[in-house]
Amino acid sequence: MQDTTTDPAATGYTLGEPLADTRAPEGPLAERWERRKFTAKLVNPANRRARTVIVVGTGLAGGAAGATLAEQGYHVVQFCYQDSPRRAHSIAAQGGINAAKNYRNDGDSVRRLFQDTVKGGDFRSRESNVHRLAEVSTQIIDQCVAQGVPFAREYGGLLDTRSFGGVQVSRTFYARGQTGQQLLLGAYQALSRQIAAGRVEMHERTEMLDLLVVDGRARGIVARDLVTGSIDTYLADAVVLATGGYGNVFHLSTNAKNSNATAIWRAHRRGALFANPCFTQIHPTCIPRAGDHQSKLTLMSESLRNDGRIWVPLAAGDHRPPQEIPEDERDYYLERAYPAFGNLVPRDIASRAAKNVCDEGRGVGPGGQGVYLDFTDAIERLGRTAVEQKYGNLFEMYERITDESPYETPMRIYPAIHYTMGGLWVDYDLQTTVPGLFAIGEANFSDHGANRLGASALMQGLADGYFILPSTLGDYLATLPRDLTPRNELGPDHPVVREVVGEVTNRLHALLVNPGDRSPESFQKQLGEVLWEHCGMARDAEGLRRALAEIPRLREEFWSRVRVPGSGEALNQSLEKAHRVSDYLELAELMCRDALHREESCGGHFRTESQTEGGEAERDDARFQYVAAWEFTGEGEPPVLHREELEFQDVLPSRRSYA
Amino acid sequence: MNAPQTDTGSTAAAAPVGAAGEAPAPAAADGAMALTLRIWRQAGPEEPGAMTTYRISGISPDMSFLDMLDTLNEQLIAEGDEPVAFDHDCREGICGACGVVINGDAHGPQPTTTCQLHMRHFDDGDTIDVEPWRAAAFPVIRDLVVDRGSLDRIIGSGGYITAPTGSAPEAHATAVPKAAADDAFAHAECIGCGACVAACPNGAAMLFTAAKVVHLNVLPQGAPERESRVLDMVDAMDEEGFGGCTQVGACATACPKGIPFQSIADMNREYLRAVRKGGRG
Repeated sequence: MQDTTTDPAATGYTLGEPLADTRAPEGPLAERWERRKFTAKLVNPANRRARTVIVVGTGLAGGAAGATLAEQGYHVVQFCYQDSPRRAHSIAAQGGINAAKNYRNDGDSVRRLFQDTVKGGDFRSRESNVHRLAEVSTQIIDQCVAQGVPFAREYGGLLDTRSFGGVQVSRTFYARGQTGQQLLLGAYQALSRQIAAGRVEMHERTEMLDLLVVDGRARGIVARDLVTGSIDTYLADAVVLATGGYGNVFHLSTNAKNSNATAIWRAHRRGALFANPCFTQIHPTCIPRAGDHQSKLTLMSESLRNDGRIWVPLAAGDHRPPQEIPEDERDYYLERAYPAFGNLVPRDIASRAAKNVCDEGRGVGPGGQGVYLDFTDAIERLGRTAVEQKYGNLFEMYERITDESPYETPMRIYPAIHYTMGGLWVDYDLQTTVPGLFAIGEANFSDHGANRLGASALMQGLADGYFILPSTLGDYLATLPRDLTPRNELGPDHPVVREVVGEVTNRLHALLVNPGDRSPESFQKQLGEVLWEHCGMARDAEGLRRALAEIPRLREEFWSRVRVPGSGEALNQSLEKAHRVSDYLELAELMCRDALHREESCGGHFRTESQTEGGEAERDDARFQYVAAWEFTGEGEPPVLHREELEFQDVLPSRRSYA
Repeated sequence: MNAPQTDTGSTAAAAPVGAAGEAPAPAAADGAMALTLRIWRQAGPEEPGAMTTYRISGISPDMSFLDMLDTLNEQLIAEGDEPVAFDHDCREGICGACGVVINGDAHGPQPTTTCQLHMRHFDDGDTIDVEPWRAAAFPVIRDLVVDRGSLDRIIGSGGYITAPTGSAPEAHATAVPKAAADDAFAHAECIGCGACVAACPNGAAMLFTAAKVVHLNVLPQGAPERESRVLDMVDAMDEEGFGGCTQVGACATACPKGIPFQSIADMNREYLRAVRKGGRG
């Protein structure tokens, strides 16, 4: 492989030592996970009670991990910023969860799910991890059914499946349009059982604000009780971050309003490498913005693409109502350009295609930022009742928001930020570069490469939480050195504890006393506009350089002009927000740096300089077939790039083709 | 700028406000609305609270109710006042975090969550009362934010199926009749927002508890713990200080997810059955 990345100096970073995943076992792909589980050291059941594990976050990954670790006998101390662990944003996932059960006898297999995921990720993920994910997928369905998750069923009483974007088999299990809700409630109920049994110490309305690293190992966190404002230290033998993605750095996204990047960003500042921050996913089927007041975007499940047909008027500037546009003056552009996959092409391709037709002036709805998703044919073919059964709740949701009925008028959709493939770098054991610090679910970078397939986020969150972390974490705990600083010596006077608590307190104090005149929200909005413009669906060097000039200025303005009313000793949502925005202002810079350095297009990262004649993403495997893992060196300082080269033995990199 | 009026007569610097009875500013030409908001403000769990009046204009009918509160809060911050605290997160009607009493109705006039309630259901010039959930088992934390931890504890008492990770049989080992699966789903849709409790004149959590009991008890997987589940959850409900059910039905009317009122009768039947079988089995 050539050793030619972008010119580091000109791109604002320095090149560090290469990085290797030392935990990935050798041998045939299909045997690696079994091997790793077998070689992992075990903690004697009697000794597990004495081991404390902190889990931050209670979504699919965190909820599943907390419940499972407690079942295994560990003492779990768990946190969520919400008022209840049941509210984590996994709950909003609609479409489904993939699993290689092959119940349809349609040619599916672990190998095919593995292959689809590697290809869907545009060859920027690790083969070992993805294969493991595909293997574990079948156990997830068994586990969830045993918990009472009410998946959709056929009349014979067996599980129903459907197909989803980017694949040609029917492997997606679902519970109406509320799959995430039902899976999360399953994990939440398992977690609640452990809380009631006293094996999980649950801290709701408590937000992690920093990480404690003692003698090179993660030993705890500093968190703020959001009700009383108290800043407290929690100690443990290992820390697991399950805090989700960072899509809200864009301000408008489909993430929950309070989803944030603080836990992973603070961990990054304490030494955990951040991988592929520029790999963000834009979901093709969201409800277009209605106006400036809008605070978040709402996703319409991608499953709608199974039966809905996407089109725009053939001619630019055609403002007739959709019903008045005759068939031959419509452009079903996905069916036209990608006949094999049609409306089911992967998310990045569907999103970019929508942007392109809107850029051509063929967009529909207010501001021309929308395309039609039309169910007329499906209603004719299947009948209104069948369509209602499949999509009724989504149609209702759409109508509630837009005041238009999709049964009568085609839906209008537009892409929006939805998921972040990037995240903390982890090895095969899901451990970050800080020993004892693990990252699971969307918070890590590991399985989706440069683009995630539909219905794979739920799969990964639950795989990490139920099956993978509980097997690998034990190995870390079993091999801890005996001379580790005991917990009772990590009191408030320990130098590390004092320093970190001091920094957290000072940061919050600085926000509270600042004599500013602008709300935290206004900064998030402004930052989001910069990112969407320059680091959104299409990126180029010029725009990214502009963003890299603007973000530090905005950060400076934030610290001089932000206004946070109220006190730190009570529930103060402005303070929470301001702190999260201050971290976005740092993370955004790294995202743009990463996007600028990666002079290729792959998956959700589309550099306009690197495209085929047909306008498709053009990878540059010779230069960029690696994971970009960034090391923090100081605010505004050039980060260090560590490259983990990717090897493909089983699925050879090819240009993705969905035509 | 005038100080806002509160029921206690105390003042706080705030949004543009006139006397409570004064007509609000006329609507802008683009359909934007001007509203008078009377919002419960309470600095902390032990502090006294009061309704405080604010004026707000430029509200688009396409805004959600929470977008409208965001707009008010931006205005309050600009004027150096503390914004109104309210719980919210997904803003898609599924996380169950949001919920306020609007003009006396939990989640307001539409059968939906507060975040999915749009301002097109109000008229220019309206006066809107906004209060937190009111129930003995939901103490107020601040302004419109209440503590609903009691609902989590009800789930912890038995609202689960004991199935430790890794112990599950193959998913198709047990067929579940479609009718039972659909029934389970209809009850599993509960988002735990607490509107049923807020709407109930007795502050009862029967609909919430029944939804989980029915979801799990109609499934074959839930059968082994069928009796202990209903007995323990009903006990927990009583211990948390929720009131008793007098079959008013306000819960089901307020429920944004349409959990059927019938589920309460189903839970009572389950309870009776469990007692007759001699308890926790």
